[in-house]
Amino acid sequence: MIKFSFALLALLVAVPASAQTNLSGVWNNLGILNEDWPDRLPGPELGDYAGLPVTDAVRARADAWDASLITLPEYQCRVHPSDYVSSFAGLRMWEERDPQSQQLIAIHTHHFAWGTERTIWMDGRPHPPATALHTAMGFSTGKWDGDILVVTTDHLKEGWVRRNGLTRSDSATVTEHFIRHGDTMTLVISVVDPKYYTEPVVRSRDYEYEVNGDIGPYPCEPVEEIIRPKGEIPHHLPGTNPFLQEYAKAHGIPPEAARGGAGTMYPEYRKTLRDMMGIK
Amino acid sequence: MRRSGFSRSTFSLIFAFVSAACLAVAAQQTGGGGGQQNFDNVQVRIQKAQGNIYMLVGAGGNVTVQVGPDGVLMIDTEYAPMSNKLLAAIRTLSQGPLRYIINTHSHPDHVGGNEDLKKAGATIAGGNVTLDIGDAAQGAQIISHINAYKHMSARVNNQYATPIGGWPTSTFIGDDKKLYFNGEGVHILHQPNAHTDGDSIVFFRKSDVITAGDIFVTEGYPFIDLDAGGNIQGIVAGLNRIVDLCIPVYGQEGGTMVIPGHGRLSDVGDVINFREMVTIVRDRVQDMVKKNMTLEQVKAAKPTKDYDPLYNTAGAFVTADAFVEAAYRSLKK
Repeated sequence: MIKFSFALLALLVAVPASAQTNLSGVWNNLGILNEDWPDRLPGPELGDYAGLPVTDAVRARADAWDASLITLPEYQCRVHPSDYVSSFAGLRMWEERDPQSQQLIAIHTHHFAWGTERTIWMDGRPHPPATALHTAMGFSTGKWDGDILVVTTDHLKEGWVRRNGLTRSDSATVTEHFIRHGDTMTLVISVVDPKYYTEPVVRSRDYEYEVNGDIGPYPCEPVEEIIRPKGEIPHHLPGTNPFLQEYAKAHGIPPEAARGGAGTMYPEYRKTLRDMMGIK
Repeated sequence: MRRSGFSRSTFSLIFAFVSAACLAVAAQQTGGGGGQQNFDNVQVRIQKAQGNIYMLVGAGGNVTVQVGPDGVLMIDTEYAPMSNKLLAAIRTLSQGPLRYIINTHSHPDHVGGNEDLKKAGATIAGGNVTLDIGDAAQGAQIISHINAYKHMSARVNNQYATPIGGWPTSTFIGDDKKLYFNGEGVHILHQPNAHTDGDSIVFFRKSDVITAGDIFVTEGYPFIDLDAGGNIQGIVAGLNRIVDLCIPVYGQEGGTMVIPGHGRLSDVGDVINFREMVTIVRDRVQDMVKKNMTLEQVKAAKPTKDYDPLYNTAGAFVTADAFVEAAYRSLKK
């Protein structure tokens, strides 16, 4: 009878204490990169701010952005921040557990793009003080909402919402939901950045579990691509960017619509578009 | 024409800035109530940079502390009323003697505690020096560029800008000064005409930490003290120099840590972002100067519009207009 009780107890402790999900493994999205395709491998078009709740300030900043900036050596190997890197290729996730108690301490991720690694602390530790370093990955803590991993990230370095100059400030807070459905996983990212965006910027990315998946290296070494005067920073002076109208012209939409703003995010904007374009 | 010493207007300007900073601190400490400044409520927070270097944050400019077997070296000393708290914080890191105080520049929020903290330390002296000059070892040595010394020792309204006891005891006139302390080289690099004309950047070569002074801040636009020889071109040059000194681990992150004059611990990525902003605003204002626009026209054109949500924040030390005006006047020289 005693032996039976111990066996039963052993079985019980091997059962998950809650509805947590094991996210460990390699998750890839190579087959489904068509989701938001322009924002991913090709990069978004210049002047395309449509459907984003941009403020006048970040719109002006994007207008001044010159793609030549990323030819500067100190910009060439800049990593995609943690709230954007999920747009690219796969990631590996693994758990870190206390060897004695088997309590979950952290969940780690390694992205193929730029080889970035981040730690999602699951042990309840507080976020660092305001004086601490900000990084591209930020400081992340996670908790379980049922079987959904909810991650909160701050202490981010300045990054981007789109790779056409739409910047995300370093005081943004990001909430992510990792949702597993068998061999697929959906990651929903919500960026709250009131300094540059009037509403949260939300995007989702889907992944497929790869049984034999692996993540390759991503070396990056900056080089001098263009000889410039020291300290020169490529940018367009206000009102001089010649590329801002290209997107609207190429897609046959009114230039005002390309300028974005919260109003362009919602279905009601279709009527505004029709009115602007004289469509009954 | 640039003035080499503190004029009455310079002092007034700095006093106004310092007062504003003090009020901001007080407001922060009292929950924004705008009450009287009260340093009693200010706590000193210790943020490790890396190696044996720490950043201390209280009221005023950030303080850098290097500790090790030789004792303590500190950079900048905040306001005078913060001295005991700074010393107490340092004593949690080391019980060794305070040997050196380095000043990145002459402003009161960075040198106010010089006198008191100097008394808490001891200069390394011996042999003939100690025999001939009995008090040679009393007090820590205070090091600055000669121009910072000139500003601190200038007489304003029949009193010195900084009390005599807080004046630097060792100055340098060239491009740099070198020390070896606590097992590492400490390279003090003069950056001409940036925040002032007496700025120093300090590079800890083994710990791989740079103290930038007010050439680099993370909490607002840079303060360019034109009357003390500051210039936006020097700020840009100083930021480029810091970027050149830094070696990141990967992706322009990590590696060399940078302690700003005000704000959070940083690395080269943060300096690059700040340099990008200052350079772009400089270029815009330069373009307007070339078009013979007046200062009022330049301000009205809002050349900092896209950066204002980040740097022109409530309680910021330098407003967007003040930054634009300093840039304009720099470039008109």
